[in-house]
Amino acid sequence: MEKKNLNQIDKNLFKPLNQEENVSEKITAPSRTFGQDARRTLMKNKPAIVSIFIILLIIIMSIIGPSLNDYGNDDQDLSRAKLPPRVPLLENVSWLGLNGTLSGRYEGTDVEDATTKAMARYQSTDEFVDIKVLEEGDGSRNSAAVKATFHIYEAKEMDDTYFWFGTDTLGRDQWTRLWEGTRVSLIIAFVAAILDLLIGVTYGGVSGFYGGRVDNILQRIAEILVGIPNLVIILLMMLILQPGIVSIVIALAITGWIGMSRIVRGEVLKLTNQEFVLAARTLGTSNGTIIRRHLVPNITGIIIVNTMFSIPGAIFFEAFLSFIGLGIVPPNASLGALIELGFANLRLYPYLLVFPATVLSILMIAFNILGDGLRDAFDPKMHK
Amino acid sequence: MARYLLRRLWYMLITLFIIATVSFFLMKFLPGSPLKADDKLSEEQKTIILEKYGLNDPIPVQYVRYLGNLVQGDLGVSFAFDNTPVTDILTAKIGPSALLGGQALVLGTVVGILLGLIASIYRNGPIDFTSTIIAVLGTSVPSFVFAGLLQYIFAVKWDLLPVALWDGFEYTILPTIALAISPLAVAARFTRTEMIEVLHSHYITTARAKGVSEAGIIFKHGLRNALIPLVTVIGPMAVGLMTGSLVIEKIFAIPGIGEQFVTSVTVNDYPTIMGTTLLFAFGFVIIILIIDLLYGLIDPRIRIAGGNK
Repeated sequence: MEKKNLNQIDKNLFKPLNQEENVSEKITAPSRTFGQDARRTLMKNKPAIVSIFIILLIIIMSIIGPSLNDYGNDDQDLSRAKLPPRVPLLENVSWLGLNGTLSGRYEGTDVEDATTKAMARYQSTDEFVDIKVLEEGDGSRNSAAVKATFHIYEAKEMDDTYFWFGTDTLGRDQWTRLWEGTRVSLIIAFVAAILDLLIGVTYGGVSGFYGGRVDNILQRIAEILVGIPNLVIILLMMLILQPGIVSIVIALAITGWIGMSRIVRGEVLKLTNQEFVLAARTLGTSNGTIIRRHLVPNITGIIIVNTMFSIPGAIFFEAFLSFIGLGIVPPNASLGALIELGFANLRLYPYLLVFPATVLSILMIAFNILGDGLRDAFDPKMHK
Repeated sequence: MARYLLRRLWYMLITLFIIATVSFFLMKFLPGSPLKADDKLSEEQKTIILEKYGLNDPIPVQYVRYLGNLVQGDLGVSFAFDNTPVTDILTAKIGPSALLGGQALVLGTVVGILLGLIASIYRNGPIDFTSTIIAVLGTSVPSFVFAGLLQYIFAVKWDLLPVALWDGFEYTILPTIALAISPLAVAARFTRTEMIEVLHSHYITTARAKGVSEAGIIFKHGLRNALIPLVTVIGPMAVGLMTGSLVIEKIFAIPGIGEQFVTSVTVNDYPTIMGTTLLFAFGFVIIILIIDLLYGLIDPRIRIAGGNK
């Protein structure tokens, strides 16, 4: 019954569907290139964007920072050595510690004894030293304690002088030296990264593209080089070369390119066996064009990411070398050299360590976060 | 496997040979004379001394003798400590370095794996966020900055632990933490990524389907598989520990190999510097070899794949 009814439906109710080209496959959104896609992913990554701004700020400061005050990189003056940081306006905010005073806790049998010790430490009179009694004491050894605050700028009759980040053991302005040091560290890092890039891409590219015997020989060499720890090579290089910026760059570049070359070789090897390269070859495209049009665009992302990671690596190694005394020679400064000086004065003048260590850490963190962000952006698997 | 082992040993020998050769010729080209108070000695005295140490022989002869000595574990005589063989100096100093490195490696990997594991289980939660921050800080902030921070807070400000030197367990705490932060960050990051990947694989679904408890899934099926690739990062970790030991031992005044190296650099004691460098290189090459072999042993997939080749 039901079935019969179905067959009796008026045929005019049916309309033929217009036959169209496969609409379901039609792309409705505008297509984006790989680069655009990567940029969008990166822009959405807030930590990476913040890192870019921080890096830019530090780069700008390393260029203009030293000329923001009148002190030179190597203006030694022992009479103003070891002055604590003092910043106009901010000196009134006590917890920042930028008010140009040295302070410490001194203990003695009674308050007077403790005060005498504080005076002896600062070689000053009570005119410039504020004493705050912490513990009255009962006459036994080190029972009384005072907090002494020494107004060193007033004591040295430099009321109108401001050393924003203090001065080091030779009386050099730390603000100037910090930014000069940052500049040196950044130059070393960027040059080393670019050298890594050039050597690594060339070596890996040639090895991967030509393959066969060339690849075999180049890879055996790389295999041996990779077995030698770069720490050992860098240390040896620093011993024979004259310490300085150029030597550090050379020492870093000698080992740094191997990682890049291996990645590039792997990628090129993978790409040259793919159909589109085969097609290009079949159409008679020259090697140069294949490299330029087909290979380079495909490995750009991975090269950028790898270079981004070699920059913080180079900053670290420079700081490390300067710290163990194999890097930058005085009077030049670098972040590592400043930190080394800071360590020597950690107990009494912690500000000498705090500022360079902070800049170095922020710089390293920012570069690493940016590198992570770029890796996510250039990895198609991560795109949502 | 045997062929692979032979090939690896062969490469290891070549690497060590190159390092030894390069360091020998670098030594010959370095400025300065091995003689103390060079200008105060007469020509005859100089000849006698140089003759005694075989420094008058042609370079190739010296080179062969150097390689011969090296094979027997003789690294020459220190310039700084009169007539003390470098080997003796290094053996005396290797204890603290090994102890510190071992403690840091254990602390770093154990805490790092736990942190990464918890982070992967409570993914995108506050613990995951904290662990990510620790990982970023640990990989970015150099160990010497971290050491300074620890030293200032725990030793100078709060006076809880000794500032420096080497005199019992409490002296090892701060340097160990400072040295462990980098392996900790690496292990945490690595474990998290691997665990997340493993927990999404089909055999975990199978295990769940057959009713394995959550703890069983995480520890027996998940963690065991996630940790296999961790063996590969032990190499970079070891290098990080060596690099770190140079600065950490200097900061905490620990009588170890790293501190010896830094001191030797400042006094231009070339034989000791070269000896230390060779020791570092040797340690590194051995570690890499062990890791590669271990990797094949732990993971049957690699062993079979290697066997088929």
